[in-house]
Amino acid sequence: MHFDHGQVPEEYQQYIGRKKLFILIVAIGLTAILVVAISLGATNISMSSVAKSLIGMATSVQTKIIVWNIRLPQALAAIVAGAGLAVAGAVMQSILRNPLGSPFTLGISHAAAFGAALSVMVLGGGVMTSSNVGAISITNPYITTASAFLFSIGTSLLIIGVTRTRGASPEVMILTGVALGAFFTAGTMFLQFFADDMQLAAMVFWTFGDTARATWTELGFISTVTVVCVLYFFGNSWNYNAIDAGDETAKSLGVRVGRVRMTGMLLASMLTAVIIAFLGIIGFVGLVVPHMVRRIIGSDHRFLLPACFLVGAVLLLVSDTVARLILAPNVLPVSVLTAFLGAPAFFWLIIRGGRR
Amino acid sequence: MILAIKRLAFGYNGHRILSDINLNVEPGELLAILGPNGVGKTTLLKCINSIHSPNTGTILVEDRNVLKMKPNEIALSIGYVAQRCETSRLTVFDTVLMGRKPHIRWRVAERDMKVADSALQQLDLARLSLRYIDELSGGELQKVAIARALVQEPRLLLLDEPTSSLDLRNQINILSIIRKIVDNHRIAAVMTMHDLNSALRYADRYCFLKDGYVHAVCDRSTISADIIENVYGLPVSIHHIDNCPVIVPEDHFN
Repeated sequence: MHFDHGQVPEEYQQYIGRKKLFILIVAIGLTAILVVAISLGATNISMSSVAKSLIGMATSVQTKIIVWNIRLPQALAAIVAGAGLAVAGAVMQSILRNPLGSPFTLGISHAAAFGAALSVMVLGGGVMTSSNVGAISITNPYITTASAFLFSIGTSLLIIGVTRTRGASPEVMILTGVALGAFFTAGTMFLQFFADDMQLAAMVFWTFGDTARATWTELGFISTVTVVCVLYFFGNSWNYNAIDAGDETAKSLGVRVGRVRMTGMLLASMLTAVIIAFLGIIGFVGLVVPHMVRRIIGSDHRFLLPACFLVGAVLLLVSDTVARLILAPNVLPVSVLTAFLGAPAFFWLIIRGGRR
Repeated sequence: MILAIKRLAFGYNGHRILSDINLNVEPGELLAILGPNGVGKTTLLKCINSIHSPNTGTILVEDRNVLKMKPNEIALSIGYVAQRCETSRLTVFDTVLMGRKPHIRWRVAERDMKVADSALQQLDLARLSLRYIDELSGGELQKVAIARALVQEPRLLLLDEPTSSLDLRNQINILSIIRKIVDNHRIAAVMTMHDLNSALRYADRYCFLKDGYVHAVCDRSTISADIIENVYGLPVSIHHIDNCPVIVPEDHFN
């Protein structure tokens, strides 16, 4: 073969440079928004104090407690959850070859809600107290979390199991997910019908995804899972690009399509399950962010995945901050806001038209 | 010899599709697989590069058994252009660069980009480099798919109906590109086709499949109206224009 006359085209390098610049700008923006987000709240703290406290310089004890014990964990939870959900969504959309791939369409969120409801009802995770902000909280959250996680990961294993017997086709995966989602919704309704007032409140409360639930321990766990999964996804960028070109083309390029699809599906589900189990259901981030980012920088996963990571983080951090402030002194769970924002954002994407 | 297929058979769920296929393809040779719809032309291509696993038989590419090679090794010796090229929001350059995937270890090397650029130039696609492939016409997309297979630097190129959805100008354009690639790079190519006259004009040899068997392998001098009538069940006459056989089917449906 004779390919000796090629050059690396300058305009292509500029094109790649623009993508990298976009990612860099979002990363810097995220850092800035983090400082602003921490400074805003019931007690306003100046941004310089926040910055000082974050880099470990001396500030007042009150500032230190508010920043490190309350606002930073919540902000970081929003960042990690937004990033993880967005990347998981982008990967699912690619390997399922379906623009609707997300934890919702695959029944993973419904399974988590059912697991939480079951735990509240049967395992006694639902002894309720009222905290000082007036919200209801679940006093034994770990049982609820574990139960939600087990059901959502079990659902994804079931989807994978079914697809193994029927061939790893995207259609089978999605249809199985939809069927399981309907089943778990029915199960949750059944439990809710027989629940008493307190249990019903706990079940419903759990489904409101809320970043304030994360403490440093939980944050550490969610972050570790997110980092491991995301690194795996980044390493498979070319495989996802190839799968976008069709299964046969991907196979002819040496991609083990079935294996990449199964592993990607398993890790994306696990990542989603961990986030949902600890924080509750946060909708639309996994669905909308990949579509938004794809419009800006295209569907080359080498750049799409890092960009989704950052844009997802920004989106959920901003939403979380707005949710904390919009009805002050009442604090709105972020999932209520993302659900409201997600639907019109999605309509806009559809109406602006074009293929993915 | 680049490709040697011996006693290949393929079927599933008790359904026999291909039986006792024996074929050889030399360097610089373009072989056309012809035959009626559903006879197994595409299946044969997919068996050659292990998208399907044959039940019995061997497939040797440069004396190595494809059935015992890893997917990445196969991708280093066989390029495949599928009948339908799926599109996404990826640029032409990145799509062709994707063909370097079997060569890419950790990150894209400079040589990968140079090879992609060279292939784009050879197929007259350089001006489209930064266009998204979901905005291309059918003919442009087919050229991009061929460029992608080409940068794998394969010894054998498989093309599944490369002209099936193209207009006349693009058909001729694509076929002459394929001819040129085979001649210049001295690789072997196998393509499935429906258009007999294009196949006769551009391919070196023609393999006719009937009922899952190889009915005949012939070249321009040995092709006959009987073979075609037997395979397609339609009387034809063969004329010659500029030493190239041209097949004129007779309308026996009236």
